[in-house]
Amino acid sequence: MSVPAIAIRKLVKRFADTTVLQDIDLEIPEGKVSCLIGPSGSGKSTLLRCLAFLEEPTSGMITINGEALGFFEDDNGRRERLPANQIRAVRTKTGMVFQQFNLWPHMTALGNVSEALKLVRKVPKAEAEERAMAQLRKVGLENRAGHYPSQLSGGQQQRVAIARALALEPKIMLFDEPTSALDPELTGEVLNVMRDLAAEGMTMVVVTHEIGFAASVGQQISFLDHGRLLFSGPPAEIFAKPRHPRLEQFLDTYLDRGASMLA
Amino acid sequence: MTPKLFTLLLEAALSTLGISLVSIAIGFVIAMLLSAALLSRKSIYILPARLFISFFRGVPLLVQLLLIYTLLPVIGINVPGIVAAIVGLSLCTAAYQAENLRGGFASVPRGLIEAADVAGFTGVHTFIRIRAPIALRLTFPALVNEAIMILKSSSLVSVVGIIEITKMAQDLASSTYQPIPIFASAALIYFVINSAIALLGRYAERSLKGASA
Repeated sequence: MSVPAIAIRKLVKRFADTTVLQDIDLEIPEGKVSCLIGPSGSGKSTLLRCLAFLEEPTSGMITINGEALGFFEDDNGRRERLPANQIRAVRTKTGMVFQQFNLWPHMTALGNVSEALKLVRKVPKAEAEERAMAQLRKVGLENRAGHYPSQLSGGQQQRVAIARALALEPKIMLFDEPTSALDPELTGEVLNVMRDLAAEGMTMVVVTHEIGFAASVGQQISFLDHGRLLFSGPPAEIFAKPRHPRLEQFLDTYLDRGASMLA
Repeated sequence: MTPKLFTLLLEAALSTLGISLVSIAIGFVIAMLLSAALLSRKSIYILPARLFISFFRGVPLLVQLLLIYTLLPVIGINVPGIVAAIVGLSLCTAAYQAENLRGGFASVPRGLIEAADVAGFTGVHTFIRIRAPIALRLTFPALVNEAIMILKSSSLVSVVGIIEITKMAQDLASSTYQPIPIFASAALIYFVINSAIALLGRYAERSLKGASA
Protein backbone atom coordinates (compact mmCIF):
# COMPACT_ATOMS: atom_id res chain seq x y z
CA MET A 1 0.00 0.00 0.00
CA SER A 2 1.33 3.45 -0.90
CA VAL A 3 1.10 6.64 1.14
CA PRO A 4 -2.16 6.84 3.13
CA ALA A 5 -4.57 9.62 2.15
CA ILE A 6 -4.32 10.98 5.67
CA ALA A 7 -1.87 10.08 8.40
CA ILE A 8 -2.43 11.36 11.92
CA ARG A 9 0.45 10.96 14.34
CA LYS A 10 0.36 11.64 18.10
CA LEU A 11 -2.25 14.34 17.64
CA VAL A 12 -3.13 16.36 20.74
CA LYS A 13 -5.65 19.18 20.89
CA ARG A 14 -6.22 21.23 24.02
CA PHE A 15 -8.59 24.14 24.54
CA ALA A 16 -7.23 26.07 27.54
CA ASP A 17 -7.14 23.40 30.29
CA THR A 18 -9.32 20.82 28.55
CA THR A 19 -7.72 18.11 26.50
CA VAL A 20 -10.10 17.36 23.66
CA LEU A 21 -7.92 14.94 21.74
CA GLN A 22 -5.20 12.81 23.32
CA ASP A 23 -2.51 11.04 21.30
CA ILE A 24 -4.54 10.16 18.25
CA ASP A 25 -2.77 7.87 15.79
CA LEU A 26 -4.74 6.96 12.69
CA GLU A 27 -4.15 6.27 9.03
CA ILE A 28 -6.93 6.76 6.55
CA PRO A 29 -6.39 4.70 3.40
CA GLU A 30 -6.96 6.16 -0.03
CA GLY A 31 -10.26 5.46 -1.73
CA LYS A 32 -11.95 4.26 1.44
CA VAL A 33 -14.81 5.58 3.53
CA SER A 34 -13.65 6.14 7.08
CA CYS A 35 -16.29 6.86 9.71
CA LEU A 36 -15.60 8.49 13.05
CA ILE A 37 -18.19 7.54 15.63
CA GLY A 38 -18.55 8.10 19.32
CA PRO A 39 -20.67 9.91 21.90
CA SER A 40 -21.10 13.69 21.92
CA GLY A 41 -18.03 15.41 23.25
CA SER A 42 -15.78 12.49 22.33
CA GLY A 43 -13.69 14.77 20.11
CA LYS A 44 -14.65 13.31 16.74
CA SER A 45 -15.74 16.63 15.24
CA THR A 46 -12.62 18.34 16.60
CA LEU A 47 -10.50 15.64 14.97
CA LEU A 48 -12.23 16.25 11.63
CA ARG A 49 -11.82 20.02 12.03
CA CYS A 50 -8.10 19.46 12.62
CA LEU A 51 -7.96 17.58 9.30
CA ALA A 52 -9.48 20.66 7.61
CA PHE A 53 -7.11 22.90 9.59
CA LEU A 54 -10.08 24.75 11.08
CA GLU A 55 -8.53 23.85 14.41
CA GLU A 56 -4.80 23.97 14.91
CA PRO A 57 -3.41 20.90 16.67
CA THR A 58 -1.63 21.57 19.96
CA SER A 59 0.98 18.99 19.05
CA GLY A 60 1.42 16.05 16.74
CA MET A 61 1.29 16.02 12.99
CA ILE A 62 -1.16 15.46 10.18
CA THR A 63 -0.09 14.64 6.66
CA ILE A 64 -2.38 14.73 3.65
CA ASN A 65 -1.10 12.56 0.77
CA GLY A 66 2.29 12.68 2.47
CA GLU A 67 2.39 16.48 2.80
CA ALA A 68 2.41 18.10 6.24
CA LEU A 69 -0.73 20.10 7.08
CA GLY A 70 -0.12 23.37 8.89
CA PHE A 71 2.82 22.30 10.99
CA PHE A 72 5.90 20.26 10.40
CA GLU A 73 7.08 18.33 13.43
CA ASP A 74 10.38 16.45 13.51
CA ASP A 75 11.13 13.38 15.60
CA ASN A 76 12.34 15.50 18.50
CA GLY A 77 8.97 17.22 18.74
CA ARG A 78 10.28 20.52 17.35
CA ARG A 79 7.56 22.04 15.30
CA GLU A 80 7.38 24.75 12.76
CA ARG A 81 4.38 26.50 11.29
CA LEU A 82 4.29 26.28 7.52
CA PRO A 83 3.72 29.41 5.41
CA ALA A 84 0.11 30.41 4.71
CA ASN A 85 0.24 29.70 0.97
CA GLN A 86 1.53 26.20 1.62
CA ILE A 87 -1.22 25.60 4.16
CA ARG A 88 -3.75 26.70 1.54
CA ALA A 89 -2.14 24.42 -1.04
CA VAL A 90 -2.39 21.33 1.19
CA ARG A 91 -5.92 22.28 2.20
CA THR A 92 -7.07 22.26 -1.43
CA LYS A 93 -6.69 18.49 -1.39
CA THR A 94 -9.62 18.26 0.99
CA GLY A 95 -13.22 19.40 0.68
CA MET A 96 -15.42 19.90 3.70
CA VAL A 97 -19.15 19.55 4.32
CA PHE A 98 -20.54 21.06 7.52
CA GLN A 99 -23.39 20.09 9.82
CA GLN A 100 -25.00 23.53 9.30
CA PHE A 101 -24.36 23.53 5.48
CA ASN A 102 -22.80 27.02 5.71
CA LEU A 103 -23.91 28.04 2.25
CA TRP A 104 -23.31 31.72 1.55
CA PRO A 105 -26.82 33.24 1.80
CA HIS A 106 -26.20 36.07 -0.67
CA MET A 107 -25.28 33.75 -3.53
CA THR A 108 -27.42 31.36 -5.54
CA ALA A 109 -26.74 27.63 -5.53
CA LEU A 110 -24.75 28.10 -8.73
CA GLY A 111 -22.90 31.04 -7.20
CA ASN A 112 -22.01 29.02 -4.12
CA VAL A 113 -20.61 26.19 -6.22
CA SER A 114 -18.76 28.33 -8.77
CA GLU A 115 -17.39 31.03 -6.44
CA ALA A 116 -14.15 29.34 -5.38
CA LEU A 117 -13.48 28.18 -8.95
CA LYS A 118 -13.65 31.78 -10.15
CA LEU A 119 -11.96 33.43 -7.18
CA VAL A 120 -9.37 30.90 -6.04
CA ARG A 121 -8.74 28.80 -9.12
CA LYS A 122 -9.11 31.73 -11.53
CA VAL A 123 -11.29 29.69 -13.88
CA PRO A 124 -13.09 31.98 -16.39
CA LYS A 125 -16.70 32.68 -15.42
CA ALA A 126 -18.38 30.70 -18.19
CA GLU A 127 -16.26 27.61 -17.62
CA ALA A 128 -16.60 27.87 -13.83
CA GLU A 129 -20.38 27.97 -14.14
CA GLU A 130 -20.38 25.08 -16.54
CA ARG A 131 -18.33 23.00 -14.11
CA ALA A 132 -20.51 24.12 -11.20
CA MET A 133 -23.60 23.11 -13.15
CA ALA A 134 -22.11 19.65 -13.73
CA GLN A 135 -21.64 19.26 -9.96
CA LEU A 136 -25.21 20.41 -9.29
CA ARG A 137 -26.42 17.86 -11.83
CA LYS A 138 -24.47 15.20 -9.99
CA VAL A 139 -26.33 15.93 -6.75
CA GLY A 140 -29.62 16.17 -8.66
CA LEU A 141 -30.13 19.92 -8.30
CA GLU A 142 -29.43 21.45 -11.69
CA ASN A 143 -32.98 22.79 -11.74
CA ARG A 144 -32.31 24.68 -8.49
CA ALA A 145 -29.17 26.47 -9.75
CA GLY A 146 -30.76 29.92 -9.57
CA HIS A 147 -32.24 29.46 -6.11
CA TYR A 148 -30.86 31.12 -3.01
CA PRO A 149 -30.12 28.91 0.00
CA SER A 150 -33.16 30.32 1.84
CA GLN A 151 -35.34 28.96 -0.97
CA LEU A 152 -34.01 25.41 -0.60
CA SER A 153 -34.84 22.64 1.87
CA GLY A 154 -32.19 21.51 4.33
CA GLY A 155 -31.46 18.39 2.31
CA GLN A 156 -31.11 20.41 -0.89
CA GLN A 157 -28.84 22.91 0.86
CA GLN A 158 -26.59 20.13 2.05
CA ARG A 159 -26.45 18.64 -1.45
CA VAL A 160 -25.44 22.08 -2.80
CA ALA A 161 -22.77 22.19 -0.08
CA ILE A 162 -21.48 18.80 -1.25
CA ALA A 163 -21.43 20.07 -4.85
CA ARG A 164 -19.56 23.18 -3.68
CA ALA A 165 -16.87 21.04 -2.09
CA LEU A 166 -16.67 18.66 -5.08
CA ALA A 167 -16.29 21.52 -7.57
CA LEU A 168 -12.73 22.05 -6.36
CA GLU A 169 -11.96 18.41 -7.20
CA PRO A 170 -10.60 17.43 -3.80
CA LYS A 171 -8.84 14.12 -3.24
CA ILE A 172 -10.51 13.72 0.13
CA MET A 173 -13.96 14.73 1.36
CA LEU A 174 -14.53 15.52 5.02
CA PHE A 175 -18.08 15.35 6.37
CA ASP A 176 -18.92 16.79 9.79
CA GLU A 177 -22.23 15.25 10.88
CA PRO A 178 -23.73 16.07 7.47
CA THR A 179 -27.23 14.89 8.35
CA SER A 180 -27.51 15.95 12.00
CA ALA A 181 -29.31 19.20 11.18
CA LEU A 182 -31.81 17.50 8.88
CA ASP A 183 -35.28 16.10 9.38
CA PRO A 184 -35.20 12.31 9.15
CA GLU A 185 -37.06 12.39 5.84
CA LEU A 186 -34.36 14.62 4.30
CA THR A 187 -31.49 12.55 5.63
CA GLY A 188 -31.88 9.88 2.97
CA GLU A 189 -31.25 12.14 -0.03
CA VAL A 190 -27.96 13.34 1.46
CA LEU A 191 -26.83 9.84 2.43
CA ASN A 192 -27.63 8.68 -1.12
CA VAL A 193 -25.36 11.33 -2.61
CA MET A 194 -22.64 10.22 -0.19
CA ARG A 195 -23.16 6.58 -1.15
CA ASP A 196 -22.73 7.49 -4.83
CA LEU A 197 -19.55 9.34 -4.00
CA ALA A 198 -18.20 6.37 -2.05
CA ALA A 199 -19.01 4.08 -4.97
CA GLU A 200 -16.88 6.30 -7.21
CA GLY A 201 -13.92 5.63 -4.95
CA MET A 202 -13.70 9.03 -3.24
CA THR A 203 -11.70 9.01 -0.02
CA MET A 204 -14.15 10.12 2.65
CA VAL A 205 -13.87 10.86 6.34
CA VAL A 206 -17.31 11.03 7.90
CA VAL A 207 -18.19 12.06 11.43
CA THR A 208 -21.65 10.65 11.88
CA HIS A 209 -24.36 9.50 14.23
CA GLU A 210 -25.87 7.44 11.41
CA ILE A 211 -24.63 4.07 12.63
CA GLY A 212 -26.51 2.28 9.85
CA PHE A 213 -24.66 4.34 7.24
CA ALA A 214 -21.33 3.78 8.98
CA ALA A 215 -21.88 0.03 9.15
CA SER A 216 -23.06 -0.34 5.55
CA VAL A 217 -20.88 2.20 3.68
CA GLY A 218 -17.94 2.64 6.03
CA GLN A 219 -14.81 0.60 5.35
CA GLN A 220 -12.95 1.81 8.41
CA ILE A 221 -14.71 2.57 11.67
CA SER A 222 -12.96 4.54 14.39
CA PHE A 223 -14.53 4.87 17.81
CA LEU A 224 -13.62 7.86 19.94
CA ASP A 225 -14.44 8.36 23.59
CA HIS A 226 -13.26 11.17 25.88
CA GLY A 227 -10.74 12.37 23.33
CA ARG A 228 -9.10 9.01 22.82
CA LEU A 229 -9.27 6.70 19.86
CA LEU A 230 -10.41 3.48 21.52
CA PHE A 231 -10.18 1.28 18.44
CA SER A 232 -10.31 1.36 14.68
CA GLY A 233 -10.90 -1.28 12.04
CA PRO A 234 -13.19 -2.64 9.34
CA PRO A 235 -16.89 -2.65 10.29
CA ALA A 236 -17.16 -6.45 10.15
CA GLU A 237 -14.58 -6.61 12.89
CA ILE A 238 -15.74 -3.65 14.97
CA PHE A 239 -19.42 -4.52 14.95
CA ALA A 240 -18.93 -8.31 15.27
CA LYS A 241 -19.85 -9.83 18.61
CA PRO A 242 -18.49 -9.85 21.18
CA ARG A 243 -18.07 -6.09 20.95
CA HIS A 244 -15.98 -3.75 22.99
CA PRO A 245 -18.08 -3.01 26.10
CA ARG A 246 -17.93 0.76 25.54
CA LEU A 247 -19.19 0.33 21.96
CA GLU A 248 -21.94 -1.99 23.16
CA GLN A 249 -23.07 0.63 25.65
CA PHE A 250 -22.91 3.34 22.97
CA LEU A 251 -24.90 1.29 20.44
CA ASP A 252 -27.65 0.70 23.02
CA THR A 253 -28.37 4.42 23.00
CA TYR A 254 -28.36 4.54 19.19
CA LEU A 255 -30.83 1.81 18.30
CA ASP A 256 -33.09 4.34 16.64
CA ARG A 257 -30.23 5.59 14.44
CA GLY A 258 -29.97 2.43 12.44
CA ALA A 259 -27.89 0.54 14.97
CA SER A 260 -30.78 -1.89 15.41
CA MET A 261 -29.69 -3.61 12.20
CA LEU A 262 -26.57 -4.67 14.07
CA ALA A 263 -28.44 -6.17 17.03
CA MET B 1 -41.85 83.98 -1.14
CA THR B 2 -41.23 84.39 -4.85
CA PRO B 3 -40.33 81.65 -7.34
CA LYS B 4 -36.98 83.42 -7.72
CA LEU B 5 -36.19 82.92 -4.03
CA PHE B 6 -37.30 79.30 -4.12
CA THR B 7 -35.06 78.67 -7.14
CA LEU B 8 -32.10 80.06 -5.19
CA LEU B 9 -32.88 77.64 -2.40
CA LEU B 10 -33.11 74.75 -4.85
CA GLU B 11 -29.74 75.67 -6.31
CA ALA B 12 -28.27 75.64 -2.82
CA ALA B 13 -29.93 72.24 -2.29
CA LEU B 14 -27.78 70.91 -5.13
CA SER B 15 -24.62 71.67 -3.18
CA THR B 16 -26.14 70.12 -0.04
CA LEU B 17 -27.01 67.00 -2.00
CA GLY B 18 -23.72 66.84 -3.91
CA ILE B 19 -21.47 67.32 -0.90
CA SER B 20 -23.49 64.87 1.21
CA LEU B 21 -23.65 62.09 -1.35
CA VAL B 22 -19.96 62.31 -2.22
CA SER B 23 -19.07 62.32 1.48
CA ILE B 24 -21.32 59.34 2.23
CA ALA B 25 -19.71 57.37 -0.61
CA ILE B 26 -16.14 58.24 0.40
CA GLY B 27 -17.06 57.62 4.04
CA PHE B 28 -18.39 54.18 3.14
CA VAL B 29 -15.13 53.21 1.46
CA ILE B 30 -13.15 54.42 4.48
CA ALA B 31 -15.56 52.62 6.83
CA MET B 32 -14.98 49.35 4.96
CA LEU B 33 -11.22 49.84 5.24
CA LEU B 34 -11.63 50.55 8.96
CA SER B 35 -13.71 47.37 9.32
CA ALA B 36 -11.07 45.35 7.52
CA ALA B 37 -8.46 46.81 9.87
CA LEU B 38 -10.56 45.95 12.94
CA LEU B 39 -10.99 42.36 11.70
CA SER B 40 -7.32 41.93 10.80
CA ARG B 41 -6.30 40.68 14.27
CA LYS B 42 -3.12 42.73 13.90
CA SER B 43 -2.74 45.50 16.44
CA ILE B 44 -0.80 47.72 14.04
CA TYR B 45 -4.04 48.01 12.05
CA ILE B 46 -6.55 47.72 14.87
CA LEU B 47 -5.19 50.47 17.13
CA PRO B 48 -5.08 53.28 14.52
CA ALA B 49 -8.56 52.29 13.33
CA ARG B 50 -9.91 52.45 16.88
CA LEU B 51 -8.22 55.79 17.47
CA PHE B 52 -9.68 57.17 14.23
CA ILE B 53 -13.19 56.06 15.15
CA SER B 54 -13.10 57.40 18.69
CA PHE B 55 -11.66 60.74 17.56
CA PHE B 56 -14.21 61.41 14.84
CA ARG B 57 -17.10 60.22 16.99
CA GLY B 58 -15.89 62.16 20.01
CA VAL B 59 -15.30 65.60 18.50
CA PRO B 60 -18.19 67.76 17.22
CA LEU B 61 -18.41 67.88 13.43
CA LEU B 62 -18.40 71.67 13.58
CA VAL B 63 -15.04 71.65 15.36
CA GLN B 64 -13.69 69.02 12.92
CA LEU B 65 -14.64 71.21 9.96
CA LEU B 66 -13.07 74.32 11.46
CA LEU B 67 -9.95 72.34 12.36
CA ILE B 68 -9.55 70.88 8.88
CA TYR B 69 -10.20 74.23 7.24
CA THR B 70 -7.58 76.03 9.34
CA LEU B 71 -5.10 73.18 9.78
CA LEU B 72 -4.60 72.16 6.15
CA PRO B 73 -3.20 75.55 4.98
CA VAL B 74 -0.78 75.54 7.93
CA ILE B 75 0.74 72.23 6.81
CA GLY B 76 1.01 73.61 3.28
CA ILE B 77 -2.16 72.21 1.72
CA ASN B 78 -4.34 74.96 0.37
CA VAL B 79 -7.78 73.63 -0.29
CA PRO B 80 -11.00 75.25 -1.36
CA GLY B 81 -13.84 75.20 1.15
CA ILE B 82 -15.67 72.47 -0.74
CA VAL B 83 -12.76 70.05 -0.33
CA ALA B 84 -12.49 70.84 3.38
CA ALA B 85 -16.24 70.25 3.67
CA ILE B 86 -16.11 66.89 1.91
CA VAL B 87 -13.04 65.76 3.85
CA GLY B 88 -14.67 66.69 7.16
CA LEU B 89 -18.01 65.05 6.42
CA SER B 90 -16.37 61.93 4.94
CA LEU B 91 -14.10 61.30 7.91
CA CYS B 92 -16.91 61.87 10.35
CA THR B 93 -19.42 59.61 8.62
CA ALA B 94 -16.69 56.97 8.09
CA ALA B 95 -16.34 56.66 11.86
CA TYR B 96 -20.11 56.27 12.37
CA GLN B 97 -20.53 53.90 9.43
CA ALA B 98 -17.66 51.76 10.71
CA GLU B 99 -19.39 51.54 14.09
CA ASN B 100 -22.64 50.53 12.39
CA LEU B 101 -20.87 47.93 10.28
CA ARG B 102 -19.04 46.51 13.28
CA GLY B 103 -22.21 44.89 14.59
CA GLY B 104 -22.91 43.48 11.14
CA PHE B 105 -19.44 42.01 10.80
CA ALA B 106 -19.72 40.49 14.27
CA SER B 107 -23.00 38.81 13.25
CA VAL B 108 -21.63 37.01 10.19
CA PRO B 109 -21.90 33.34 11.20
CA ARG B 110 -18.50 31.79 11.86
CA GLY B 111 -19.36 28.79 9.69
CA LEU B 112 -19.70 30.93 6.54
CA ILE B 113 -16.13 32.12 7.03
CA GLU B 114 -14.94 28.57 7.69
CA ALA B 115 -16.57 27.48 4.44
CA ALA B 116 -14.51 30.14 2.65
CA ASP B 117 -11.36 29.05 4.51
CA VAL B 118 -11.69 25.44 3.46
CA ALA B 119 -12.35 26.53 -0.14
CA GLY B 120 -8.96 28.25 -0.15
CA PHE B 121 -10.07 31.90 0.01
CA THR B 122 -7.44 34.35 1.21
CA GLY B 123 -8.36 36.76 4.00
CA VAL B 124 -8.95 39.53 1.46
CA HIS B 125 -11.18 37.30 -0.70
CA THR B 126 -13.23 36.31 2.33
CA PHE B 127 -13.63 39.94 3.35
CA ILE B 128 -14.71 41.17 -0.07
CA ARG B 129 -16.93 38.28 -1.15
CA ILE B 130 -18.37 36.92 2.11
CA ARG B 131 -17.96 39.14 5.17
CA ALA B 132 -18.61 42.57 3.65
CA PRO B 133 -21.71 41.70 1.57
CA ILE B 134 -23.34 39.91 4.50
CA ALA B 135 -22.44 42.64 7.02
CA LEU B 136 -23.78 45.23 4.60
CA ARG B 137 -27.12 43.45 4.31
CA LEU B 138 -27.39 43.19 8.07
CA THR B 139 -26.61 46.86 8.70
CA PHE B 140 -28.23 48.46 5.67
CA PRO B 141 -31.07 50.23 7.56
CA ALA B 142 -28.54 51.80 9.94
CA LEU B 143 -26.47 52.99 7.00
CA VAL B 144 -29.50 54.65 5.38
CA ASN B 145 -30.13 56.34 8.70
CA GLU B 146 -26.55 57.55 8.75
CA ALA B 147 -26.94 58.96 5.22
CA ILE B 148 -29.92 61.01 6.40
CA MET B 149 -27.98 62.23 9.45
CA ILE B 150 -25.11 63.37 7.23
CA LEU B 151 -27.43 65.17 4.86
CA LYS B 152 -28.80 67.13 7.80
CA SER B 153 -25.36 67.68 9.34
CA SER B 154 -24.16 69.10 6.04
CA SER B 155 -25.77 72.40 7.09
CA LEU B 156 -22.62 72.86 9.18
CA VAL B 157 -20.34 73.19 6.15
CA SER B 158 -21.39 76.84 5.83
CA VAL B 159 -18.61 77.53 8.35
CA VAL B 160 -16.04 76.74 5.67
CA GLY B 161 -17.71 79.11 3.23
CA ILE B 162 -20.08 76.79 1.39
CA ILE B 163 -23.49 78.11 0.48
CA GLU B 164 -25.88 75.26 1.02
CA ILE B 165 -29.58 75.23 1.88
CA THR B 166 -29.35 76.47 5.46
CA LYS B 167 -26.82 79.20 4.74
CA MET B 168 -28.75 80.35 1.68
CA ALA B 169 -31.94 80.45 3.72
CA GLN B 170 -30.28 82.55 6.41
CA ASP B 171 -28.92 84.99 3.83
CA LEU B 172 -32.26 85.26 2.06
CA ALA B 173 -34.13 85.66 5.32
CA SER B 174 -31.98 88.58 6.40
CA SER B 175 -32.10 90.31 3.04
CA THR B 176 -35.83 89.90 2.41
CA TYR B 177 -37.20 90.10 5.96
CA GLN B 178 -39.37 87.03 5.22
CA PRO B 179 -37.79 84.45 7.52
CA ILE B 180 -40.82 82.23 8.02
CA PRO B 181 -41.67 81.30 4.40
CA ILE B 182 -37.98 80.94 3.59
CA PHE B 183 -37.10 78.66 6.52
CA ALA B 184 -40.29 76.70 5.92
CA SER B 185 -39.23 76.18 2.30
CA ALA B 186 -35.77 75.09 3.43
CA ALA B 187 -37.36 72.61 5.83
CA LEU B 188 -39.57 71.30 3.04
CA ILE B 189 -36.58 70.76 0.73
CA TYR B 190 -34.69 68.82 3.43
CA PHE B 191 -37.78 66.78 4.15
CA VAL B 192 -38.35 65.85 0.50
CA ILE B 193 -34.70 64.87 -0.08
CA ASN B 194 -34.55 62.74 3.06
CA SER B 195 -37.88 61.07 2.33
CA ALA B 196 -36.53 60.14 -1.08
CA ILE B 197 -33.38 58.66 0.51
CA ALA B 198 -35.47 56.70 3.01
CA LEU B 199 -37.69 55.41 0.22
CA LEU B 200 -34.76 54.39 -1.96
CA GLY B 201 -33.21 52.74 1.08
CA ARG B 202 -36.32 50.71 1.76
CA TYR B 203 -36.51 49.67 -1.87
CA ALA B 204 -32.83 48.63 -1.90
CA GLU B 205 -33.29 46.77 1.38
CA ARG B 206 -36.15 44.78 -0.07
CA SER B 207 -34.24 43.78 -3.18
CA LEU B 208 -31.22 42.81 -1.07
CA LYS B 209 -33.47 40.72 1.12
CA GLY B 210 -34.81 38.90 -1.90
CA ALA B 211 -31.27 37.76 -2.51
CA SER B 212 -30.55 36.35 0.93
CA ALA B 213 -31.93 34.59 3.97
